Amino acid sequence: MIKLINVTREFQGKGKALDDVSFHIKKGEFAFLTGHSGSGKTTALRLIHMADRPTEGETRVSGFSSDRTSRREVWKLRRRVGFVFQDFRLLPGRTAHENVAFALEVTGARSAGIKARAQRLLTQVGLAPKAGSMATELSGGEQQRVAIARALANEPLVLLADEPTGNLDDRATRGIMELFWELNALGMSVLMATHDLELVRKHPRARVLELDQGKLVYDSMKAATAESATTDEAEASTAGG
Amino acid sequence: MHTLREAILAFRRSPLLTGLSAAMVGLALFVVGLFALATHNLRLALESVEERIEIVAYIRNSARNDEILLARRELLALPEVLGVELITKEEALEIARRDLPEFGELFTDLAVNPLPASLEVQLRPGRRDPETVERVAARARLYPFIEDVQFGREWVDKLFTLRRIGGLTASVMGAAFAMVAALIIGAAVRIAVFARREEIMIMKLVGARDGFIRRPFLVEGAITGLLGGLMALALTYGTFWVVFRYLFSVAWIPAEWAGLGLLSGTVFGVFATGLAVRKYLREV
Repeated sequence: MIKLINVTREFQGKGKALDDVSFHIKKGEFAFLTGHSGSGKTTALRLIHMADRPTEGETRVSGFSSDRTSRREVWKLRRRVGFVFQDFRLLPGRTAHENVAFALEVTGARSAGIKARAQRLLTQVGLAPKAGSMATELSGGEQQRVAIARALANEPLVLLADEPTGNLDDRATRGIMELFWELNALGMSVLMATHDLELVRKHPRARVLELDQGKLVYDSMKAATAESATTDEAEASTAGG
Repeated sequence: MHTLREAILAFRRSPLLTGLSAAMVGLALFVVGLFALATHNLRLALESVEERIEIVAYIRNSARNDEILLARRELLALPEVLGVELITKEEALEIARRDLPEFGELFTDLAVNPLPASLEVQLRPGRRDPETVERVAARARLYPFIEDVQFGREWVDKLFTLRRIGGLTASVMGAAFAMVAALIIGAAVRIAVFARREEIMIMKLVGARDGFIRRPFLVEGAITGLLGGLMALALTYGTFWVVFRYLFSVAWIPAEWAGLGLLSGTVFGVFATGLAVRKYLREV
C-alpha cells in the first residue's frame, strides 16, 4: 500500500531530511510515524502523497511510483489517499458541509449526489448536526472531524495524518483516535505522524516507526520479528541442551 | 458552471479583498487613461496645425487656362496629394481684401490686379513630412508657367521635429506607464491569490486537477481586470468632463482606445492571475 524503498531526500544547503529510509505499510495496517521535531516525519508524508520527490530511492503508494508519476498525474494518487493536518486546513468562509462537498466537487462528482454524500460523511464522523455551521465556529475536535470527513470523500485506501491531534485536548484526541481505528477496521491503512509518545503508548496494537535525524531507527514490526526469532532460537537451544 | 459559480462566490466571500484589487487595477489603468487623454489631444492639436501645411504655386499671367487645368489634374493624381484648388486672380484679390482689411483702400483703388493666380496643393494626413512637401513643390515647379512655389520650409521642418519628439516621448512614456500599471496590477492580483493560497493547496491535496483549480481564479482575474478597466474609464471620463466643462475644450479618446484599455485590463488580469496561481500549484 505504502512502500518507501531506500528513500533519501536531501535539501540543498540543509542536508538530508531523510536518509536511506525503507518501510512497507500493508493494506489495513495502522502505523505511527514518530520522532522529534525535524526528524523527517513531515518530509516522509510529503513524499508519500508526492508533494515532493525523493532525491534517491522510490516511493510507491496505491500503485503509483514516484519514478513514473508525473506532476500532472499526481491528482490521480491524491484521490486514493486521504490527508489530515494538525491545523485542519478547512476553508474558513464555508460551512462544514461545504468543506466536505468541495472535496467531492473537485473530483467532478455529479452535483446531484454531492449533497447527500457530504451529509453521510459528516454523519460517519459524528458531526451531522453541525453540518451548517461555519468551519471557524467549530471546536478544534469538530474541525478535525470535518477534515477527516473531507479526507474520506474520495473513499481512499490510505489515510495520512500529520500530527492530527497536535492542537486537540485529551477528550477530542480520544475521539479522533477512535474514529481512526474505526476507519482502520473498515480496511483502510492509516499512517499517522506524531511526536506524542504518550499517545503512541496508548495504542499498542499499532505499528510504530521511529525516525531520528532522517534515519529510520526503530520499526516495531521488525523488532517483534527479531524478538520472536531470538526467543525461538533460545527455546531451540534449551530444548537441544 | 462550477468555474463561474466559484468565481462569483469568491467575490462574495471576500468583497473587500477583491474590491481592493479591482481598485488598484483601476487606479493603475486610470494613470494610463489620463496619459491616453493627454496624448490624444496633443496629437489632435498637432494634426490641426499640420492641416495648414500647403504648397502654393503661383501662376504667371501668361499661362493658358487649359495648361493650368492639366497641371491641376496631374498634381491631383499624385498619391500624396489630397486636393488642389485653383485660386484665380480675382479670388486672390477678394481674399486679400477680406484677410487684410488694413490694406483695404490699396486693394480697392487698383487699376490692374497685381495678384497672381495660384494652385493651392493640400497633402494627405501622414504625408506632410518635409521630404514629401519638398518633392511635391519640386514637381509643381517643373511647369514652365509656374513662377514661384512657396510652402514655409522652416515652419514645416520645425513642426515635423516637434511631431517626432512628441511621438517618441509618447511611446517611451506610454511604455513606462503601461509597465508601471502592469506591475501594480500584477502585485494586486498576487495579493488576492496569496490570500487564498491555502485554498489552492487544499484543492490540490484532495485531488483537484490543476485546470479545475485554475479556471475560477482566471475568471475572477478577468472580472477584476474588467472592473478595474471600467473604473479607470469612468475616472478618465470624469477628468475629461471636468476639464471640458470648467477649463478648456478637449476631445474624448477614440472608442477603440477605450475598448483596448478594457481588453488589456481584462487580459492582463487573467495573465497575472495565471502566473500567481501557478506558483502555488507547484508547491503541493
